[in-house]
Amino acid sequence: MLLGDKIVWITGASRGIGRATAIEAAKNGARVVLSARSERGLSETATQVRALTATEPEIIALDVSDPRAIKEACKQLLARLKRLDVLVNNAGVLKEALIGMIADAQVEEIMRTNAYSVIHMTQCAARLMMRQNSGAIVNVTSMLARTGGEGTLAYAASKAAIIGATKSAARELAPHGIRVNAVAPGVIKTDLIAHLPEARLQEYQCAIKMGRLGEPHEVAHVIVFLASDLASYVTGQVVGVDGGMCI
Amino acid sequence: MPVLDNNPAMTSIENEMKLREAFSQVLSIPPESITDEVAYEKTEAWDSVAHMALVAAIDIAFNIMMDTDDVLDMSSFGKAKEILQKYGVAV
Repeated sequence: MLLGDKIVWITGASRGIGRATAIEAAKNGARVVLSARSERGLSETATQVRALTATEPEIIALDVSDPRAIKEACKQLLARLKRLDVLVNNAGVLKEALIGMIADAQVEEIMRTNAYSVIHMTQCAARLMMRQNSGAIVNVTSMLARTGGEGTLAYAASKAAIIGATKSAARELAPHGIRVNAVAPGVIKTDLIAHLPEARLQEYQCAIKMGRLGEPHEVAHVIVFLASDLASYVTGQVVGVDGGMCI
Repeated sequence: MPVLDNNPAMTSIENEMKLREAFSQVLSIPPESITDEVAYEKTEAWDSVAHMALVAAIDIAFNIMMDTDDVLDMSSFGKAKEILQKYGVAV
């Protein structure tokens, strides 16, 4: 069991990579704490976790774009579970628009949800993990943080911010026994790409060396590895999970 | 309310001793040398790294989770005592 008895907190756990991570973490012995805005989505994830792993997940509904809500959630987690071993910062939104057509409110929403939240969650998680001088944080960035992409000015910037935050946190928290890494998924079959036209998906597929889109559980496997003691000497790294799209 | 599960029966003297012990361990200063004037960046061992370790030690000792504003505001042993009172710790 890679995560035996570890408390693993996953944001954006109501769907996609977050849900897959919750299931894979629980399969690997973790006690998972599920957070997201959508209580319905969380409930569905919890049902799947129970069905597949016979473990009981904790649910803390949370809008990560609200720093005060993050602090409250942290206190709730501490009161309920007394410790935190792993944080997976997965929550995010993808809104595409060409450069001249991005509303200020959209930039704000993307930055708050994708980037600021990672900073605030890291602050809170580090406080809890420093109590036991151990822990692992895994951030979910994106291949687009490295390559950029048309129509993703704000999104790619927010995901690039996560890489900077990952490396800075890794440096600062290493002396406290806390590792911080990131995964950079490529094109993964989740709701985030459900709106894309078939032609665009075909284009992506051609650019992927492995010739297919990724599955959420393939990202989750890497997250579980980085969260586990198998990665005990790995920190400050960004691991691409993109089928060779970005080499 | 930030207090998680404090023991109200602890007296202020006991709490101050507990706080002094946390400072002493993190800053490697004998407990008897810790006065209200022991201050951030004025006491040699109390740098930013030690500050975070101190916060963790105090959080654990009193079973609280200090707000970030209080973490930033905790500039001396005297100030730490003042802040603890906000969390229901008699000191």
